[in-house]
Amino acid sequence: MIAEIGHFALILALAVALIQAVIPLVGASRGNATWMGLAGPASVAQMLLVGIAFAALTHAYMTSDFSVLNVAQNSHTDKPMLYKVTGVWGNHEGSLLLWITILALFGLAVTLFGANLPPGLKARALAVQAMITVGFLLFILLTSNPFERLDPPPMNGSGLNPLLQDPGLAFHPPFLYLGYVGFSMAFSFAIAALIEGKVDAAWARWVRPWTLAAWIFLTLGIALGSWWAYYELGWGGWWYWDPVENASFMPWLAGTALLHSAVVVEKRDSLKSWTILLAIVAFGLSLLGTFLVRSGVITSVHAFATDPARGVFILGLLIFAVGGSFTLYAVRAPSLKTGGLFAPVSREGALLLNNVLMATGAGTVLLGTLYPLFADALDLGKVSVGPPFFNSVFLPLMVPMVLAMAAGPLLSWKRGDLAGVLSRLSVAAVAALAVALATWLWQGGSAGPWWAAGGMALAVWLLGGTIVEWAERIRLFRAPLAESLERMGKLPRSSWGMTITHSGLALLIIGMTASSAWKLESVQTQKLGETITVAGYAFTLTQVEDINGANYLATQGTFKVTKDGQDFAILQPEKRVYRQPPRPTTEAAIVSTILGDVYAVIGDAVPEGGWVTRLYFNPLVPWMWAGCLVMVLGGLMSLSDRRHRIGAPTRARAAVQAAKA
Amino acid sequence: MTRKRRRLYFVVLGLLAVGTAAALVLSALRQDIVFFFSPSEIVEAKVPTEGRRIRLGGLVEQGSVVKDGASVKFRVTDGAHVVPVVYAGLLPDLFREGQGVVTEGKLGKDGVFQAAEVLAKHDENYMPKEVADSLKKSGHWQDEKKVDKP
Repeated sequence: MIAEIGHFALILALAVALIQAVIPLVGASRGNATWMGLAGPASVAQMLLVGIAFAALTHAYMTSDFSVLNVAQNSHTDKPMLYKVTGVWGNHEGSLLLWITILALFGLAVTLFGANLPPGLKARALAVQAMITVGFLLFILLTSNPFERLDPPPMNGSGLNPLLQDPGLAFHPPFLYLGYVGFSMAFSFAIAALIEGKVDAAWARWVRPWTLAAWIFLTLGIALGSWWAYYELGWGGWWYWDPVENASFMPWLAGTALLHSAVVVEKRDSLKSWTILLAIVAFGLSLLGTFLVRSGVITSVHAFATDPARGVFILGLLIFAVGGSFTLYAVRAPSLKTGGLFAPVSREGALLLNNVLMATGAGTVLLGTLYPLFADALDLGKVSVGPPFFNSVFLPLMVPMVLAMAAGPLLSWKRGDLAGVLSRLSVAAVAALAVALATWLWQGGSAGPWWAAGGMALAVWLLGGTIVEWAERIRLFRAPLAESLERMGKLPRSSWGMTITHSGLALLIIGMTASSAWKLESVQTQKLGETITVAGYAFTLTQVEDINGANYLATQGTFKVTKDGQDFAILQPEKRVYRQPPRPTTEAAIVSTILGDVYAVIGDAVPEGGWVTRLYFNPLVPWMWAGCLVMVLGGLMSLSDRRHRIGAPTRARAAVQAAKA
Repeated sequence: MTRKRRRLYFVVLGLLAVGTAAALVLSALRQDIVFFFSPSEIVEAKVPTEGRRIRLGGLVEQGSVVKDGASVKFRVTDGAHVVPVVYAGLLPDLFREGQGVVTEGKLGKDGVFQAAEVLAKHDENYMPKEVADSLKKSGHWQDEKKVDKP
């Protein structure tokens, strides 16, 4: 009964979405306030209906209602409650329902917080939002109904892929989707602005916080996914340039570019049509990401769908959404008035450079991701495009970007003084060179990879440049300390956000460089009592026992790890075999220190006695996770800026009127 | 700075970035992509360059897996031909005899494939697409039986 209510709610939501997609749009073009006003209540109804459907599916999962096909295929009574709930989106149908729920949530947010938006823009944006909803609701209702019944119901379900039964991955999809779908806001507003033919600072002020919020979620989602791969797959790596990773990384690149170009629109009333294009591209790439991972074109843990009809449907949706908006863009963008002029060397110029490199980077990732599909279709042979390709194409493009990142914020708007900025950055340059030299000597010259020193220097240059900019803002050491502190207190939060996020990226680069350059690994057969030393850590296998988990059996190894004769830690990696579905997984044991992760994996028993073990020292990996968190923190800091708060324009306007009176 | 000059600057910057990217992509496509081959293609010497990193995919031959300390030997077959593989490392959790596998590495002069990686599969029902295609080509493809849904 409850499942049918959920299904019915989805059908009603489709009807509401259809109304919301058409009436407000017509109302906006006719100037009919009543028709435009319909968008608000419609978005509330939308959220309620989709919320009911989501709750119904969650209920089916929590009560293990196996008469619902989706639950029977993906859940099991033995599963811990946490994974029963997260199992809702651990499958194709449920994850699409989550997608739509988040989309409805964002629509509701426009209605709730958008009281001060121009009515025409709001009505049109909500209509565009509803068009996306219609597409996805049709997709779910026609090809992927999560409420399909199964008769007779089985005694128990097939269980959830054990790889997904993990806290890191349980929350990876919702964050990723909040990011993907968050870009739909910028997209809807971009389309609305194209229809209206007007893009101004107020538009950017509205779009920026939503893009920022989406960016924060996406950053967190990607970081969670990477962290999961690092500890769950037991390979000691954290990024594989796998198509599904690229699918989330491309919208991130485009979104980051959008975030920066929206600043130029807001502050300088320039780069408008470029920003609109980026908004379309960012959401287009989100849709493409959904298509790539959900259609089964690329096989991976994410590809639940094997039904070709689904792939064709999403492809159609993608072509319609992206093709339609590009056509609209081509027709309307030339009529957008170009705004303020600027010299190539200026803050705008630097932001533009960042944009061009980010966009090109996203383009190369797109090419590399799709190349195997093209090669196969054109009969050029079966190829795989992996880390070597992306490392030699993408990374060189990011070097000039990071170089410019340190200088950009120091340049003034409109016309900057590059020589002056570079001389102010001499401290950072000296520090970077010193670190490069120290790194080179430390790794024993050419004994380590040549790029390690470069990567470290780049990170220090960025960190140095960011600190110099911050120090100049508060006139550190130039003015009395008390004045500096006072200035620090008055620094706008968005400026703090920039400083923090850029520093986070520097930490991330340090971690990525070190862990790629100096990872130590030892694979061997280890007998009980045997000691293997990796990077000064002595791993002694003291015990191997079988343990019984909630829904799995595991072989658990116990390693006593000592460093310089001192006890360091006890590591207990597991090799699990889940009961339903019967599938083995590896649980690495990791102890983090500031210098790196000590990482152990236990494998199969060897007939002659002993176990295959894999021991790692992964230098500075915790710096990477810290870097991601710092970036997210910087984003949140910027988001909390008073000027980004949704109500701000009203207050500002009220203040102006008060002043006039 | 006129509008035209700014536009010119924009275009030059864009061309520069795209040009650099294109050059990098073209050189990488020559060196850094990895071709996939079936055992038949390797045995019939269709593999163009020796010492180049390639992928080999097929089924792990029944009874061929020999563990030797931390390294493991097995044979990959597509029903028509067989290629021996040596791999030093921990096998993925879902590696099993009779199952599909993709390995990446170099073909030695002795005809033994030195695998640097045996690719982890996420799901035991999943047959790598390349493997499925090459099995179909060699006529040894059987539709995988559907897993019993209770």
